[in-house]
Amino acid sequence: MINYDQKYDVIVVGAGHAGCEAALASSRMGCRTMLLTINLDAIALMSCNPSIGGLAKGHLVKEVDALGGEMAKNIDATGIQFRVLNTKKGPAVRASRAQADKQLYRLRMKRVLEHQHNLDLKQGEVTSLYIESGELRGVELQSGIRYLSKTVVVTTGTFMRGLIHIGLSHYPGGRAGDQPSIGLSDQLQKLGFSVGRLKTGTPARLDARSIDFSKLEPQFGDTPPLPFSLSTDRISMPQLPCHIAYTNPRSHDIIRSGLDRSPLYSGIIEGIGPRYCPSIEDKVVRFPDKERHQTFIEPEGLDTIEVYPSGMSTSLPVDVQIAFYRSIVGLECVEIMRPAYAIEYDYVDPIQLHTSLETKLIKNLYHAGQINGTSGYEEAAGQGLIAGINAALRVKGRDPLILGRSEAYIGVMIDDLVTLGTKEPYRMFTSRAEYRLLMREDNADLRLREIGYRLGLVPEQEYAHFLDKKRMIGEELERISVSRLQHSDNTQAELARRGLHDIQKGTTLEHLLKRSDICYADLADLDPISRETPKEVSDQVEIHTKYKGYIDRQIEQVKQSKKMETTCIPTDLNYASIKSLTTEVREKLSTNRPDTLGQASRIPGVTPAAISILAIALKSASRKENAEECHH
Amino acid sequence: MYIRDTIAAVSTPPGNGGIGIIRVSGGLASTVGFSVFKSVRDGGLESHRFSFGTVCDPSTGEKLDEAMAVYMRAPRSYTREDVLELHCHGGWLVVERVLSLVLSCGVRLAEPGEFTRRAFLNGRIDLVQAEAVMEIIASKSESALQLAQRQSGGALSIRFEAVRASLLKALALVEAYIDFPEDDLGNTDKSTILASAQEANTIICSLLSTFEEGRAMRDGISVLIIGKPNVGKSSLLNRLLNENRAIVTAVPGTTRDIIEEVIVFGGLSLRLLDTAGIRHTDDLVESEGISRALAKIPQADLVLAVFDASMEFSNEDQFILNALADSRAIAVFNKSDLPRKLVLPNIDFFYAVTEISALTGAGIDLLKRQVCSLFSPSNQSDPCDFVAISRSRHRDALVTAANHLQQFSAGVKDCSLDLLALDLRGALYSIGSITGQTATDEVLDLIFSSFCIGK
Repeated sequence: MINYDQKYDVIVVGAGHAGCEAALASSRMGCRTMLLTINLDAIALMSCNPSIGGLAKGHLVKEVDALGGEMAKNIDATGIQFRVLNTKKGPAVRASRAQADKQLYRLRMKRVLEHQHNLDLKQGEVTSLYIESGELRGVELQSGIRYLSKTVVVTTGTFMRGLIHIGLSHYPGGRAGDQPSIGLSDQLQKLGFSVGRLKTGTPARLDARSIDFSKLEPQFGDTPPLPFSLSTDRISMPQLPCHIAYTNPRSHDIIRSGLDRSPLYSGIIEGIGPRYCPSIEDKVVRFPDKERHQTFIEPEGLDTIEVYPSGMSTSLPVDVQIAFYRSIVGLECVEIMRPAYAIEYDYVDPIQLHTSLETKLIKNLYHAGQINGTSGYEEAAGQGLIAGINAALRVKGRDPLILGRSEAYIGVMIDDLVTLGTKEPYRMFTSRAEYRLLMREDNADLRLREIGYRLGLVPEQEYAHFLDKKRMIGEELERISVSRLQHSDNTQAELARRGLHDIQKGTTLEHLLKRSDICYADLADLDPISRETPKEVSDQVEIHTKYKGYIDRQIEQVKQSKKMETTCIPTDLNYASIKSLTTEVREKLSTNRPDTLGQASRIPGVTPAAISILAIALKSASRKENAEECHH
Repeated sequence: MYIRDTIAAVSTPPGNGGIGIIRVSGGLASTVGFSVFKSVRDGGLESHRFSFGTVCDPSTGEKLDEAMAVYMRAPRSYTREDVLELHCHGGWLVVERVLSLVLSCGVRLAEPGEFTRRAFLNGRIDLVQAEAVMEIIASKSESALQLAQRQSGGALSIRFEAVRASLLKALALVEAYIDFPEDDLGNTDKSTILASAQEANTIICSLLSTFEEGRAMRDGISVLIIGKPNVGKSSLLNRLLNENRAIVTAVPGTTRDIIEEVIVFGGLSLRLLDTAGIRHTDDLVESEGISRALAKIPQADLVLAVFDASMEFSNEDQFILNALADSRAIAVFNKSDLPRKLVLPNIDFFYAVTEISALTGAGIDLLKRQVCSLFSPSNQSDPCDFVAISRSRHRDALVTAANHLQQFSAGVKDCSLDLLALDLRGALYSIGSITGQTATDEVLDLIFSSFCIGK
C-alpha cells in the first residue's frame, strides 16, 4: 500500500445523498475533507424516484436546510414540480414535495462540491478501513493507495455486496450500471459488526414517446411553486406535470402468471424489503381484492424522454414487465428503456451506533444512510449531515451534536435507529414523532437555525434575517395580545359581512385569531397594522395562537421527559452488577447499550420499574465517582 | 419516570386499619392541601403542625371524612419535596375516595417505591439504602404485575386489549390519511374513525361503570336477593338487617316491590335489594315486580339466590338458575332447620353454596363472611397491598383515556387530523400505561396490513 502524502481530518466514503451532506458539512466547518466515490459521474444520483420530499421527508429536508445543509437548495435549483401536501390536515403534517430534473440535480451538487473550499473529490473503491493497533487511521483503496485521516464517515448506500435481480438472473452491482463495493462489509463483520441484508427495488424507466398521455389524468404542481430552502427566493425552473395511471385486473393476472419466475417468491432474495414501498407483485399478492393500483408517471427531467412510473417497482423477468406495463391504459404501446430490478445489499445494525452516529466498536468511525438500514434520499441526507458535523466536532475536540426527539425529525430518526435498530428499510413517517405538533416544516428554522449558525454552517447574512423574523414574531404575538378590536363602522360592517355578530367590543386580536372561523388574513380587514406583517411572520403567529393549548401541552411533556433524556449512561456500565434488574432486562440493556436513560426506556421490554432501578444505580455510581450528568 | 410532577399514594397497609394515610409529594402538595382539606382552625396548614379538620370534595362540597393533616415544606420531609399527609379514619373505601379526590387535583399516582426513590434521588437517604430501594421496587412491581395478570382471570386484560385494538384501528386510519396522502386511499373517512373511537369509548365506559371498586366506592356494593315466592327472602333480609323492615308473611307474593336497605359491615357498605318472588303469575302488579327484579340481575354486584331447602327442585327454581347465567352469585339454602329435600342440578357457577336458617339465624355469619371475602381486599391473599393501587391505576388510566376520547369526539368534525391524532394517541398512551405497550410500531403494522401503501 502506498501512503498518500496528504492527511485529512475527515474522509467520506460514498457520494450519495448522505455522503454529499457529510462532506460539505465537515469542509464548511473548516476540516480538511476528502469525498471518495466509485463513480464521479454518479454524485448525488437519484437511483430511484426523481423526487425529493413528501410526508416527513419534507420535514427532514427543511431541517437539513435550517442546519445549513445543501439538499433543499439543490432541489430548489433543479426542481420541475413543487407541491405542498396535506394543506387541509393541519399545520404539523403539511409537507413539501418536488420532482427533480435528475441529471441537473446531480450536476449541480457536483458543482457545489467542486467549488467547496477544504474539500477534495476522488474516484476509487474503498476495500477496507485502515486500522493500526486498534485505532482507525484511514481507508485503503482497491488501486493500492491508502488515505490517512482522523475520522471516517461511511455511506455505502446499496453498494456493499450489492446484488441486482431481474427475474431469476442476478449479478453483482451497486446500482444498475455501477460496480458493487466488495470487501468492506467482510472487514466490518470481522471487526465485530453485525451485518444484515436488505432489499429494495425500482421500477422500469419508460419511453414517454410511447405513452398516450391523452388517456391519463395530469397532475400539476402548485402555482406559484414554493421553495424548500430558506435561502431560495423563488423557483425559476420551468414546471412539468405528472400523470396518473392505474393497473387493472388483467395487469394483475399477468403479474400472477409470472410469479414462478419471481426471485422474491422463489426464495432467491433473502434481504428484507420495505413494507411501505412494496413491489407491484407484492401488492397484487398481499391485496388480491384490490382492483387497481395507482401510479404517477413522473418526468425524469426537462430534457429527456425517460419517465418513472412510481409504485411499479418489480423484480419480475423483463418479458413479464413489458406485458404488465403494456396492460395499463395509456401505456398500451410502451417501450421500456431501462428494466425494473431489485437489489440486495449489506447494512450494519444501527444499534451498534452512538446517537452521534459514531460506531460503538470503532472510535472515530461514523455511519450514515442506507448502511444504517434506512431508505430514502432525505433520511440519508439528514444522517449524512449529522455524521459530517460530528466527525468535524470530534476533530475539533468538541462535544457531538445530538438532536432530541422533540427538536427534529432527524433526532427522532437517529434515536429510533440507535435505540431499536431496524429489520426492514427504515423510512421516516410523521407518526414516528411523538411531538409532531412542535416539529413542523414551517418552524424548522426556529428549531434549528441557531444550531446551524453556531456550527458555522449558516452564513451571517442568513442568520441575521432569521433573527429579524424571530423578533418580528415575538413582537406581533405581543401586539395582538394587547391590541383590541376597534369598533368603527368599517369593522362593524366587516364583522357583519362575515356573520360574526357575537364578537364583543374590545376583544383582543389574539382572542379573535383563536376562533376557528377567523384566520390571520381576515385580521387585515379589521386591523390595518396586520396588513403589513410579512407572511413568514404571520404564519407563525397564526399557528402559535390557534394551537397554543396543544403546543403548550406538548412543551410540558417535553419538559417532563428532559431529565431522562439528559441522564447519560456510562458506555462501560456493568449491567450484570445491578442485581435487582431481571435477567431479561439486563440482557437487553447489555446488548443495546443505550446512551441515555430516555433511550433505555424506549427499548421494548424495559419496564418503568427497571428504569427506576437503573436511575438509582446511576445515581449511586455517580455519587461514588462524583460524576455529573451530561447535558446535550 | 417524571421527577418534576407531584405524586400520591396510600402509604398505610390496605385493609380496615385504624388510620389510613394518604401521602402527597411534590410541588402541588400544598395546593392539594388547600383545596381538599378544611381545617377547623382558621389559617390553614402550617408546616410540620398537625391540624384537625375534614376532607371535602371542593366541587360538590361533600364531606368525605374527618382527618388530621400535616404539611411538611421541602426540604424537611421524607422525600425532601413538599409533602402533605392526610390521616383519615380508615376504612379502605374512605381512603380510596380521598385518594381519588387527591388524584383529581392534577396529581399522579405514585409508582411502586417512588417515595423512597425520590427520597434517595434527593439525597434524603444514604447510599447504603440504595440497593434496598431497588430491591423493593423490583419485588413490588413484580407482585403488582402478577396481580394484574391474575385479576379476573385475565378477563380484564382481554377488555383492555379490546380497547387498545379499537383505538389502534382509529389511529391507524388517521395516520394513514396523514402520512400517505398520495396513496390511493380515497377521501378521509371520518365516520369509520369515529366509529372505532366510539367502540373503544363504549368499552371504557362499561369498564368504568362496572368496575366493582369504583362503584363500591361511589354507592356501595349492590346485593340482590332473589328467589321464588316464600323461600324466605325477606326473612333473610331482616336477619341481615337485624330488624323487621320488609313485611314477612306466609302468603306467597307479599313483597311486590324492591326493598332497598344499606348495611355496613367489615368496612363494606352493602346495598341489599329484596325482590318480588319469582314465579309465573297473572297478577299484573306482581309480574311487574318480577320483571323489575330480573332486570336488576345484570347490574347487581352480587346475587343471593335463595332456595327453599325443604322443598324439591321446581320449574321456578330452574327459571331462576337460567336468569342467573353470567352473574356473580351465592346460592343460599334457607330453612336448614327443616329436613333437606332440595337437590340443585349444575351448581358450578355459584361462588359459594351456604346453608342458613333465616328463622333461627344459623349460618348468617358465615354468609356475611362469604359476601365480604368477595369484595374486601383485606381478606384477599398475599400481595393484597397492591390490589387497591393497581385498581386505582386502572381507573386513573381509563378516566384519562375517556377524557381524551371526549375531546376527540367533540373535535372530530372541525379539528384537523393532526390534532385528532393527538387525542387518540393520548387515549392509547393511557391504556398503554396499564398494559405496558407503546404504539408506534403497531400503528405502522396496522397501516401496512390494512392498506396497500407504496407510491
